[in-house]
Amino acid sequence: MSTELLNRIQFGLTISFHFIFPPLSLGVGLVLIIFGVKSVRTGDPKWRQLSTFWVKIYGLIFSMGIATGIVQEFEFGTNWSNYSRFVGNIFGSLLAAEGIFAFMLEGGFLGLMLFGGTRLGNRLWLFATTMVVVGATFSATWIVMANSWMQTPQGFEINDVGQGPQAFMTSFRDVVFTPSFIPRILHLLAASWMVGTSMVLSVGAYYLLRKRHVDLARTMIRVALPLFTVLAIAQVALFGANQAIEVSKQQPAKLAAMEGVYSTRTCAPMYILGWTDQETQRTTGLKVPCLLSFLTDQNFDASVTGLEATPQADWPEVNLVFQMYHLMINLGMLFIAIGLAACALWVWKRKLWTNRWMLRVLVASVFLTELATLSGWWTAEFGRQPWIIWNVLRTAGAQSPNVGTGQLIFSIGMFVVLYAVVLYTFLRLLDMQIKQGPPPPSDESTIESLPDSFGEIFRRRSRVSSGAD
Amino acid sequence: MSLELIWYVLYVIIISGYAILDGFDLGVGMLSPFIAHTDTERRIMLNAIGPVWDGNEVWLVLGGGALFAAFPLVYASLFSGFYIAMMLVLLVLIGRTVAIEFRSKRESQRWRTTWDLVFSGSSFGITVLLGVALGNVIRGVALDQGGNMNVGLADLLNPYSIGVAVTAVAMFMLHGSIFLSQKVEGDLLDRVTALVPRLLIAFFLLMTALIGWTLVRTETFADNYRDRPWIAVFPVLALAAALLAWRQVQRSGYFTAFLASATMIAALLCAVAAGLYPVMIPSSIDPTYSLTVHNASSADPTLTVMLVFAIIGMPFVVLYTAGVYYFFRGRVQLDEESY
Repeated sequence: MSTELLNRIQFGLTISFHFIFPPLSLGVGLVLIIFGVKSVRTGDPKWRQLSTFWVKIYGLIFSMGIATGIVQEFEFGTNWSNYSRFVGNIFGSLLAAEGIFAFMLEGGFLGLMLFGGTRLGNRLWLFATTMVVVGATFSATWIVMANSWMQTPQGFEINDVGQGPQAFMTSFRDVVFTPSFIPRILHLLAASWMVGTSMVLSVGAYYLLRKRHVDLARTMIRVALPLFTVLAIAQVALFGANQAIEVSKQQPAKLAAMEGVYSTRTCAPMYILGWTDQETQRTTGLKVPCLLSFLTDQNFDASVTGLEATPQADWPEVNLVFQMYHLMINLGMLFIAIGLAACALWVWKRKLWTNRWMLRVLVASVFLTELATLSGWWTAEFGRQPWIIWNVLRTAGAQSPNVGTGQLIFSIGMFVVLYAVVLYTFLRLLDMQIKQGPPPPSDESTIESLPDSFGEIFRRRSRVSSGAD
Repeated sequence: MSLELIWYVLYVIIISGYAILDGFDLGVGMLSPFIAHTDTERRIMLNAIGPVWDGNEVWLVLGGGALFAAFPLVYASLFSGFYIAMMLVLLVLIGRTVAIEFRSKRESQRWRTTWDLVFSGSSFGITVLLGVALGNVIRGVALDQGGNMNVGLADLLNPYSIGVAVTAVAMFMLHGSIFLSQKVEGDLLDRVTALVPRLLIAFFLLMTALIGWTLVRTETFADNYRDRPWIAVFPVLALAAALLAWRQVQRSGYFTAFLASATMIAALLCAVAAGLYPVMIPSSIDPTYSLTVHNASSADPTLTVMLVFAIIGMPFVVLYTAGVYYFFRGRVQLDEESY
C-alpha cells in the first residue's frame, strides 16, 4: 500500500471521527441559547432546568471535539509536510486565525458556561453560553474558509524562493472569500443546526416513549421541531441547491461525478438511486429527467458539463462520490418528510406526544443527520480528488516524504484503538446522562442570589472577601 | 525590526504563554497521585484547574497554528520529522482531555482510579515529550537539504534531551504546586506547602546544571551568548525569579511566588530562543541546512495579515483570560457541576 493511501486513510479516519462532534456542539449550542433567552425573558425555572441538563451533555460533546480537533491541526505537519510547505503562507494563516479568534473565545468562556449553573444568574450564563457558541461558529467559519480555498483556490501566486514551489498570498480578501466559501458555510451551518436540533428531538422523544420527564420532553420538542423542520426545508431548497449551483460553476468535474455525467449534455437527469461504472462510463438507476439541468441553471435545457471535459487522470472515484452525494440528498429529503409529518401530528389533535412510531423515528433522527452531514463532507472531499488543492496541487506527493509505512501503520493502529475506546466511553456516558435525566428545578431564591451582571460580580466578591477578613 | 523577527518574538510569547498556563495544569496532574489521598482531594485538585485548563491548552493549538502560518517550513519539518513522538503527544493530549471530562461521571472506584491514572500519566507524558522535543531542537537534528529528517524515538531519547525533560517535569511540578497553594485548604494545603521548597531546590539545581550543560555542549549557543552578551539577561532573570519564588514561599506569599515562577518559565524559554536565534531548527548534518527565521518564514503579506490578527485578537484574549481567572479565584469548593 502506498504511503499516500495510508496518509489518506489516517486523515480521513481522524477527520471523520472529529467531524461527528463540531456540528453537534454548534447545533446543541443554538438550542442552549434559545433556552437561555427564554429563561431571561420568562423567568420560568423549567428553562434553567433544561439548560442545566443540556449544558452537561454539551460539555461532554465539546470535550470530544477538543480532544479530536487538535489531531487535525497536527496532522497537516506530521502527515502532509509537503502540502504544509506549499500552503503555509495561506492555509496556515487561516488556521492561526481560528486559534486566536475562535478557540481563545471558546476556551475562555467554556469554564463559565459549564460551571455557570451554580454560579451565574440567567443573563450572565446566557452571555457565557453565547460567547462559546459564537466561538464555535467562528471556528467553523475559518475552517470552511480554509477548506474552500482548497476547493476553489485564488488570491495567490506560485513562486520558488529557494525552498521549492510555494503558494504566496497576493490578496487576503480573495483567499478568504473564495467563490465556494459563502455557499459552503451556509450549507454547513444549516446542517449543524439540524444535527443539534435532531439531538434534542431524539432525547425528548426518548423520554416521551419512556413516559419520563414528560413536560420537559415536550418543551424540548416544541423548541427543536419547528427549527428542525424549517431548516430541513431550507437546506434542500436554498442552501443545498445553492451549493450545487456553485459546484457546477466552479468544479464541474466534481458535479459530473456526483451525478455520474460522463458526456456533456442538455436536459441532464438527476438520479434518485443509481450506480455508475467508471470503466464503462455508464450510469443507471431511478432518475428524474432534466432535473439536474434545471437545478444548475434553472433551465431544463441547460447544458451540464460531463467528465469527458476533464482528462481521465483527473477524475475522482466517480461511483464513491455519486453514492455519498445521493446518500446525503436522500436523507435530506427524508428529513423534510420527518419534520413535516411530526409537525402535522403535533398540530392536528396533538397526537405527536403519544405516537410511538413517530417518536421512534425522532429518536433515530440524530444518527441520520450525523450520517447526512458526514456524507456531505465526504462528497466534498472525495469529489476534490485527485487534487489536494483543486487544479493546483495533487494529493499524491503532498504527503510527508520522510514518514514511512511502518510509522503510518503504527499511528493508524493507535488512532483506531484510541478512538474506539473513546467513542465507546463517550456513548456510554452520554447514555447514562440521558437516562439520569434533568435535575430537579433549582430554587428561585438561589438563582436570584447569583450575580447577573459584571458589576455584581465585582461587588459581590469584594463583599465576601471583606466579610471573611 | 523585521516582520520575521517580530513573529519569532510573538512565537516565543505564545509558547511561553502555553508553558506558564498549561504548565501548572500539567504540574497539578503529575502531583495528583502523590499528594491527594482521598477521592475528594483528587477532585479538588482536578477542579483547581477545571474551569481554565481548556483555555490554557488552546495556547498550544495557537502555537501550532502560528508556527504553520509564520514558519511553515519549521512546522512541516519538525512535525513530520518527530512523527512518532508527535503521535504520542496527540495520544496523551487526548488522554488528558477525556480523563478530566470522564473521571467523575461515575461513582465506581475502578472507573475513577483508571481515569486518575490516565490523567496523571498523560500530564507526565505531555511534559516529557515536549521536553524531549525541545531538548533535541536545542541539540540539533539530522535535517537534510530538503528540510526532511526522520528521528525515531530511540534517537530522541539522548541524555541531554532527557535532562531537559526531567527539568521540565520538575519545573511544572513546582509551578503546579505553587498554583495549588492558592487553591486548596486543610491537610491537602499542608502537604502542598511542605512540597514546594523541596521541589524548588530540586528544580534550582537541575536548571543551573542544565544551563551549564547547554553552554558547554552546544557551541552555537555559547557563541551566540558571547556575540550578544545582553541576552544573558534571560538566564539571569530566570535564576533571579527562582530566588524570588524561594523568598516568597518562605513568607507564604504564594501569589507573588506564582508570578515569579511564571516569569522564570518565560525567561528560560526566552533564554533558549535568544541562544538559538536566528536558527529555529539547527541541522546536525550541515549548518547551512538549518531552518532559520529567514529561510523558513512566510512572506511579508502573510506575516502582515497575521500581525494585524494578533493585534486585534490578543487584547481580547488577555481580557477574558484575566476575567475568567478573576471569577474563579479563591479556594476550590466542590458542587454538583464540578468534575
